[in-house]
Amino acid sequence: MSILGKFATAGALLCLASAAPAWAQTIAITGGKVITNTAQGQLENATVLIEDGKILSVGPDIAIPEGATRIDASGKWVTPGLFAPLSQVGLVEISLEASTDDSRAEKSEFSVALDGVDGFNPKAEAVAITKIEGMTRIAVSTGPGENIFSGAGFIADTSGDVVNSITRDHAFVMVQMGERGARIAGGSRPAAWAYLRNALTEARQYRPGRARKDALLNGPDAMALKPVAEGRMPLLVFVNRASDLMTLIRLHEAQPKLDLVAVGAAEGWMVADELAAAGIPVILEPQNNLPSSFESLGATMTNAARLQKAGVTIAIAQLGEAFNARLAPQQAGDAVANGLSWDAAFAAITSAPAQIFGLEDELGTLQSGMIADVVVWDGDPLELMTSPDYVFIGGEAQSLSSRQTKLRDRYLDLKDAKENPFAYR
Amino acid sequence: MIKQIALAGALSLAYGTANAQMVEIDKNPFPSTYEPMPSQPVLIRGAHVFDGTGAELSKADLLMENGKITALGENLEAPQGARIIDGTGKWVTPGIIDVHSHLGVYASPGIRATADGNEATNPNTAEVSSEHGVWPHDPGFNRARAGGVTALMVLPGSANLFGGRGTVLKNVPSRTVQGMKFPGAPYALKMACGENPKRVYGQKGGPGSRMGNFAGYRKNWIKAQAYKKSWDDYRADYAKWEAKKDSNSAKKDKDKKAPKAPKRNLQMETLMGVLNGEIIVNMHCYRADEMAQVIDMSKEFGYHVGAFHHAVEAYKVADLLRENDTCAAMWADWGGFKMEAYDSIRENIPLVHKAGACAIVHSDSEVGIQRLNQEAAKALADGNKAGLNISQGEAWTWLSSNPAKLLGIGDKTGALKPGLNADVVLWSGNPFSVYSRADIVFVDGARVFDRHDKSHQAVSDFELGQPGEGDEK
Repeated sequence: MSILGKFATAGALLCLASAAPAWAQTIAITGGKVITNTAQGQLENATVLIEDGKILSVGPDIAIPEGATRIDASGKWVTPGLFAPLSQVGLVEISLEASTDDSRAEKSEFSVALDGVDGFNPKAEAVAITKIEGMTRIAVSTGPGENIFSGAGFIADTSGDVVNSITRDHAFVMVQMGERGARIAGGSRPAAWAYLRNALTEARQYRPGRARKDALLNGPDAMALKPVAEGRMPLLVFVNRASDLMTLIRLHEAQPKLDLVAVGAAEGWMVADELAAAGIPVILEPQNNLPSSFESLGATMTNAARLQKAGVTIAIAQLGEAFNARLAPQQAGDAVANGLSWDAAFAAITSAPAQIFGLEDELGTLQSGMIADVVVWDGDPLELMTSPDYVFIGGEAQSLSSRQTKLRDRYLDLKDAKENPFAYR
Repeated sequence: MIKQIALAGALSLAYGTANAQMVEIDKNPFPSTYEPMPSQPVLIRGAHVFDGTGAELSKADLLMENGKITALGENLEAPQGARIIDGTGKWVTPGIIDVHSHLGVYASPGIRATADGNEATNPNTAEVSSEHGVWPHDPGFNRARAGGVTALMVLPGSANLFGGRGTVLKNVPSRTVQGMKFPGAPYALKMACGENPKRVYGQKGGPGSRMGNFAGYRKNWIKAQAYKKSWDDYRADYAKWEAKKDSNSAKKDKDKKAPKAPKRNLQMETLMGVLNGEIIVNMHCYRADEMAQVIDMSKEFGYHVGAFHHAVEAYKVADLLRENDTCAAMWADWGGFKMEAYDSIRENIPLVHKAGACAIVHSDSEVGIQRLNQEAAKALADGNKAGLNISQGEAWTWLSSNPAKLLGIGDKTGALKPGLNADVVLWSGNPFSVYSRADIVFVDGARVFDRHDKSHQAVSDFELGQPGEGDEK
């Protein structure tokens, strides 16, 4: 496919595929406390039946077909796989070593045209350590370089399958507003918003081969932004200050077709009703409770609960280091300790991200027909001392080992190093 | 310490007179002015207790009077005027002590104006002290208090081989840094291994490699030994001179004059303090092989390393740490952000503990410091899943008594033992659950934070009149 062709179809591209085809395999997870994330709610002593990579049925009285692999989940929790709503997992091996970091491209001529998938390494250490903590899907985006726009973000699974772990290419675009966006765009918030509005206009009007002479976006960037400008692809907007969120809401009012998502939103609670009315979901970090900058003076741990109460769809992330994306359940638990309901907190790391990216018919809940991303936990997944016993991605049981667990096993016993040298373990 | 101090600036006046006093360096020129907030006797009844020494008690009573813990046991009687708190279903622990914080020196908001934590202008800035960078109005102190942190060490950053002095603070609101300084706590010396110094100075004249790092440490320790000797010699000479100044044997003029004190050198004073055992070395060091070489270097120059900080590879040399009585201050699960942090594992803290070494949970973060109990919980669970069999009571030593021991305040705080400061946290439930929060925090018996009483929630000057003033945090 030519570059232009690829971009032209980007918005419509939906290459949903499970991690690896789990052909003709039937798995019955029995006896667990099942969190469906649906109207069915939490089911005690229920069965989750998986067949050919999909969920066949969920309920208390499910007949288990002969030959099914049975997993006894008595006393355990069975949930949809966790879904990171925004991360850099797989783009970065070691963030301080530029040669291993594909999350930024300060010197590139392109912005939106940068395709995050081209930097994704399913074998990155962060992928495996994220998976074994029960996170099966990740939204991934490069960060901003010398442009307020990042490249195209994508959704992947955490199977580590080099051949096939992309759930959806060209899933979203991210843009930096607020203090950072202001700095990148020339020095002020008005400069950043003017750049954004103009870029959306240029993208909407873009026709290959007929670029405007005074265009600020180059052709490929305009082409890549087109589905966003036409409301066919989510635009994730980094904003924290309440007044910046109001600017975002004004953008929504002027261009109601845009599929806007606020990221950060430290002062979101101050305009919670307005965000709810505009139908703008929020991706946030509940632990963010410090006035870490002048745009987050109102930061509070109750932000998640207040937004949710007002009717805003919230997704919870641990942003920043790729290594730490796996800590989202702790963030969600902290939100519960600060007023958010457990169900809403769990949805915020499973079904809400799926919904934000238009994947709610495939991921985020346990019901018939969904992709079988299922995790069996030894307790409440939001708790600190629990962990997965089993992780299934697309119906396929995953290895729970990683570089970290291997290092642990090598040094678990320091005593007989002479007879059993570490490097040979 | 205070006796016979002649100010260095007045030295010239003191020289050459028969009545000259011995010159001593004031080791505490910015003394603590901390005073406990008012308190009343408090009896917490029937709570679950981690006592900080490793023990766990169910349904115990804790009595605090006059700022001290006076009893821990069953069926304690309330003294007159005591506030009685029903601890049923709640947990009581010693206050958390964070040995690695940059609160105040990298204050919120994180703007250029508040970045006072790293004097990255020379590989050796042992002459600086974190206390001079601390902004007491950093809202982070209040947030950390709400997370059960009663004391903390504020360290300079890790750009330099010798970063400067670290200062131990009580986590109480104050107009001044001196009002927060932990009375009687020794200073720390922050040092740094590995990537940071060579990255910062590689293009600025070095060190540009780990070899350069070690050469830099050793050259400076050699200087420090000479500097220490000059003061030791001066004191010995002075004592000799004083013993015979009035005797007939002092015939020559020069014998009549007092020996001249060495010239002060702030940088060397800090290093000399380490060699004298008065200042505790706290060294940022990730890799196991570097820790082993630092330990050898400490023996070469006759000092002791109190703790390696971050120490993501401590699990590889936990036996060595135990043998050398050196602590490791660690995160539960951070790593990966640089090559020397690449071998991070989630069982680092429990593996160090199980090897018999001193394990500490630290934050190095204004966010992490608010929930060090949660970090300990994760580490404990991961360790136990690897078969280490560590109790929750034991794990609390990573948060209070081990940090207190490292900071040289173990005789004052860190455990619920009669006679120690009443630095205590009452938790809404088991602090190893994500759903529990600190309900009341006591420092020296005073209620410095109460989640259910706004009048006991400090608001920093900075947050007054701002959108978040007085909000639930």
